[in-house]
Amino acid sequence: MERKTKIHAEDGQQTIIITREFDLPVELLFKAHADADLFGEWMSHEYASTKMVKLEGHQHGGYRFITTDAQGNVVFGANGAFHEFVPNEKITRTFEMENTPFSVQLEFLEFEKLSDDRSRLTMHSIYRTVELRDQLLKLPFSQGISMAHNRLQEIVSKLK
Amino acid sequence: MLTRRDVFQAIADPTRRAILLLVASQSMTAGAIAANFDTARPTVSKHLSILTECELLTQEQDGREMYYHLNPKKMKEIADFIEPFRKMWDDRFNKLESIMKKYTTKK
Repeated sequence: MERKTKIHAEDGQQTIIITREFDLPVELLFKAHADADLFGEWMSHEYASTKMVKLEGHQHGGYRFITTDAQGNVVFGANGAFHEFVPNEKITRTFEMENTPFSVQLEFLEFEKLSDDRSRLTMHSIYRTVELRDQLLKLPFSQGISMAHNRLQEIVSKLK
Repeated sequence: MLTRRDVFQAIADPTRRAILLLVASQSMTAGAIAANFDTARPTVSKHLSILTECELLTQEQDGREMYYHLNPKKMKEIADFIEPFRKMWDDRFNKLESIMKKYTTKK
């Protein structure tokens, strides 16, 4: 199985580096991060939809997006400020999850042209502490467990 | 007394990761492993004992020689821990790619 997305997270360090190569021109890869509607579309999935409620794509600008479940309840919100916003090259931004104990993180996104129709994204995130980084890395792992647990409870309650 | 190390500490070091890659292809003696590095032999030995302590490597005596094997079960444990996080981003990026491909053809 080909693993297109690579995660680099060295132990004892407070960074995560995510790299991914796309069959897309760098302009379209960047646009997916700079256009509110497109961003919301790829950040949504079958259980929840994401909407970019604010996107000021320029230096000193900022963004905020919220994720709602099928019933319309807000389940997740995040926001941040743009420190650099250079089309088809880079975005430097902060990222903060709302109503969570997680501290704000700093993210460096680099967009690279590989050929006319291939590009690479490198996301370098820096966390306040190593512990926070590790917790965040484990988040989808524990969410996966709790989702499986919820599903199990659902099934069990139907059996009663 | 040895401090108990976890596997994530073990793979944090680039030399130890290189050792794991080496041993992945075939079982090797400490001497054969050390021959691949410029580092002093005792340093390589220390790395080997850390990797063994974390059960990433297992030792097997063959005559006078001690061979090091990779423990695939423990390696899988590491891969599994980070896998849901990787999968989450992979899913997102796959979606981004397919949306933007349609976006090109629309224009």
